[in-house]
Amino acid sequence: MGLISTNTSKIDRLAELTAATEHSTGASLWREALRRLRASKMAVIGAVIIGLFVIVAIIGPWVAPYGPIEQTWRGEVFPNQGKFVGARAENWFGLDQLGRDLFSRFLVGARQTLLVGVVSMLIGLVVGAVIGAVSGAAATLGGRSGQRVDSFVMRVTDIMLALPSLLLAVSIAAVMGQSLTTVMIAVGVVQVPIFARLLRGSMLAQGRSDYVLAARSLGIRKRRIVLTQIMPNSLSPVIVQATLSLATAIIEAAALSYLGLGNPDPAVPEWGVMLSSAQRFFDNAPMMSVYPAVGIIITALGFTLLGEAMREALDPKLRG
Amino acid sequence: MLRLVVRRLLQLIPTLLGLSVLLFLWLNRLPGGPASAILGERATEADVARINRTLGLDQPVYVQYGRFLKRLFNLDLGTSVQTGQPVWDEFVLRFPATVELSIAAMIIATVVGIPLGYLAARKRGGWIDVASVSGSLVGICIPVFFLALLLKGVFAVELGIFPSFGRQSTGLDATDVTGFAVLDGLLTGEFDASWDAIMHLVLPAVALASIPLAVIVRMTRASVLEVLGEDYVRTAESKGLERRVVRGRHILRNAMLPVVTAVGLLTGSLLSGAVLTESVFSFGGIGSFIRTAIEARDYPVLVGFILFIAMVYVLINLLVDLLYSVIDPRVRVH
Amino acid sequence: MPLLTVDELTVTFGGRGRKDVRAVNGVSFTVDQGQVVGLVGESGCGKSVTSLALMGLLPAKGVTLGGRADFDGTDLLTLSPRRMRDMRGRDLAMIFQDPLSSLNPVVPVGVQVTEILQRHRGLKGEAARKEAAHLLDRVGIPDPNRRLKEFPHQLSGGMRQRALIAMAVACAPRLLIADEPTTALDVTIQAQILELLKELVDQEGTALLMITHDLGVVAGLCDQVNVLYAGKVVESAARRELFAHPTHPYTHGLLGSIPRLDAPRGEPLHPIRGSINDQIAWADGCAFAPRCDRYEMDCLTGTPALTEPRAAGHQARCVNPVLATTEVPA
Repeated sequence: MGLISTNTSKIDRLAELTAATEHSTGASLWREALRRLRASKMAVIGAVIIGLFVIVAIIGPWVAPYGPIEQTWRGEVFPNQGKFVGARAENWFGLDQLGRDLFSRFLVGARQTLLVGVVSMLIGLVVGAVIGAVSGAAATLGGRSGQRVDSFVMRVTDIMLALPSLLLAVSIAAVMGQSLTTVMIAVGVVQVPIFARLLRGSMLAQGRSDYVLAARSLGIRKRRIVLTQIMPNSLSPVIVQATLSLATAIIEAAALSYLGLGNPDPAVPEWGVMLSSAQRFFDNAPMMSVYPAVGIIITALGFTLLGEAMREALDPKLRG
Repeated sequence: MLRLVVRRLLQLIPTLLGLSVLLFLWLNRLPGGPASAILGERATEADVARINRTLGLDQPVYVQYGRFLKRLFNLDLGTSVQTGQPVWDEFVLRFPATVELSIAAMIIATVVGIPLGYLAARKRGGWIDVASVSGSLVGICIPVFFLALLLKGVFAVELGIFPSFGRQSTGLDATDVTGFAVLDGLLTGEFDASWDAIMHLVLPAVALASIPLAVIVRMTRASVLEVLGEDYVRTAESKGLERRVVRGRHILRNAMLPVVTAVGLLTGSLLSGAVLTESVFSFGGIGSFIRTAIEARDYPVLVGFILFIAMVYVLINLLVDLLYSVIDPRVRVH
Repeated sequence: MPLLTVDELTVTFGGRGRKDVRAVNGVSFTVDQGQVVGLVGESGCGKSVTSLALMGLLPAKGVTLGGRADFDGTDLLTLSPRRMRDMRGRDLAMIFQDPLSSLNPVVPVGVQVTEILQRHRGLKGEAARKEAAHLLDRVGIPDPNRRLKEFPHQLSGGMRQRALIAMAVACAPRLLIADEPTTALDVTIQAQILELLKELVDQEGTALLMITHDLGVVAGLCDQVNVLYAGKVVESAARRELFAHPTHPYTHGLLGSIPRLDAPRGEPLHPIRGSINDQIAWADGCAFAPRCDRYEMDCLTGTPALTEPRAAGHQARCVNPVLATTEVPA
């Protein structure tokens, strides 16, 4: 009896002490990544910025105090004489060169800016991922024809990468004419080779890994391995790139507007267009450029911060 | 080494051929085709037909492509719609300005970026690290043309420290030898002309350097951090080597490998940036020319520029590959 | 007087917001002039961290050192970084586990050897090159003049480790620390490298601190053996004594988990159950208790002391040591 009781209390005591130093194990890669993302200051700041931006983009047109194209104060602004109206009680950001309320245009413009960013990123992501997946699968599944498909696809993306993105976008815009769709397609196409290369490279790296070898030695068919093992594990760099691409897309769209290829429709203001039309008056009314520019910079920063934080969180080398 | 060069040059051929096909298709897809590109949008049908005949556009596509290729091969890029001069001549005239600007920007980006990236990695989490990482994030997010405008507004217009446009002050009578303004001044002994050119370069070069600088800082930092964790750095430390030797021979020599590649890849974005910065500062290089060409729909100029840039890009990457094989012995074996 | 006296060495990793981890938890041992001392334990027991602490190679930030490490009258732990840099490579040198990653891939082997000669012996140019060739020859690398010009990836695994050994002995240090020097090598090469190390320390009278998880290495090389568990020495004895009479249940278990040719067929191995992660804090009791077959209530009341339950000079940190020789697993 005594022996048993000391034995149980012995075990209890041991369990209690072991639990005190127990290590946390078994967290999956994604859950672990999410945990590290929440702990990252960069990610939190980025997410807050993106959250605010999305809210403004959604409610902007409803809360804007004035219509974006109402030239209510037409008589107060004389661009030719260098006379502008800055921030004041009824126009928080002042007026633009046509006497329109800049604050309202800023709020309404957020939605277009978000749209340009998201749509062009999606164009790049979808087209690029399909190309990259085909190329990567072809290379992984092997065979001479697979290799050929892969090297042909990579040659084409090489050519696309050799062109400065802006020039590529300009050439596309030249064929398609000046419109918002043009800008989105042009900026999207520029991203295509980046996504394609990334997914292919990531798939090839996964294809060479030991777990794929293990799966093959178990007799699982190659096609199945590509779909169930390689693809899911190759996606994380693509997701990171998609977030970063939202930032580049917004900046590139602004550059296209500056080159005169932006959306010509004044009823749908977009920050890039606003910035490029304001920059002509930079010497007399710098703030007119600064508002949309700061909008672009902060939004781009939000996506960049989140993207970089995700990259760090998903990098197995940095885990510990 | 020679075999590597030859092999890489041969690899260029399919890339450039592919590019020429794309450009050819692109030219044919332009609204109204090349005829209206040349004549403008108000051309009459008779005019279009005449141009199409003279350009051989009534012939089969492959014949047209053959002629297109032949012209490219002779560096005949056509005539600029804006100036009426051969496109090639326009490029040659403006090339030095852009090269000078790009070199200046690259010098700023590497000379500032590499030490900053190194320091940030060594003092990870310190204020230099935090400042350079956040600085480079912001640097990537600022539209280049806005940064150029801002620099011009503050340092040229408001403070008057630097000139606000052009490559040289108007009153200055500098001798033109090579077209590179800074170099010319040094060659002819007109040092004031060199100084004047440098002052004109500062703001556009800083604006243009923003993205490469940001990328180089981050690349260097990441690369140094990775190398710092390598066993051979620990070996070097265990030998008690001087800090200088550990830093130069063991850390930087390895950490620079990916940075060299990045610098090569950055030239493409540098030329895009040049189009934007040059036009803000009316710099008079290829960039400014392209900006007006875009507005004027000067397609021969655009086609020429795209081909030209692709060639420059590919050649620079060839150089980077060669440089790489010099600094990384592991590549040499293959 | 011993060459190196490590006294209650502690190494704690901590830093911004993270929980402190004590990797070395009061390690004490000595190394005499010309002696070969083994530091044995599973991965994670703190043996490598101990060696890095002695070499001053742990990062300054986020690491707290405690205790003393007296090397010929100077405390290695409190030495200024500058003086430590002067001593490293000259008075004490180290050989690492993975020879490929321990050599700089973009610098010729010759430069990696001559740089230490230049640093500590002031040799330059041709003199340094000659001495480097001599060193490579001495560690058994054939055709040293050609090898000096080559890069690490052009050498075989065994040759790389020989080159690293050449660098470590270049300045005839008094203490050589070898951290698992043979783990990454083929078995046939392992024996050669151990033979070389033995030869070098015998000739030069260099003391060798051998860090390993491999009891075979210990049996072939060491004079004195210290067994580490969870950052503390749990048993310390001369080699013969330790192998004949393992007294701590952990050492006992380690020896019992080695397959033996002379065991009867069908005799099961005696692995130690669990892993080094199943441990309790030393302050609460014996860290090995969760994996130990012999633990009692006494084991769970505070850190057990080092005693000499069996013979003078044979220390064990155990409340309930293995004393009868019959208990040695067959």
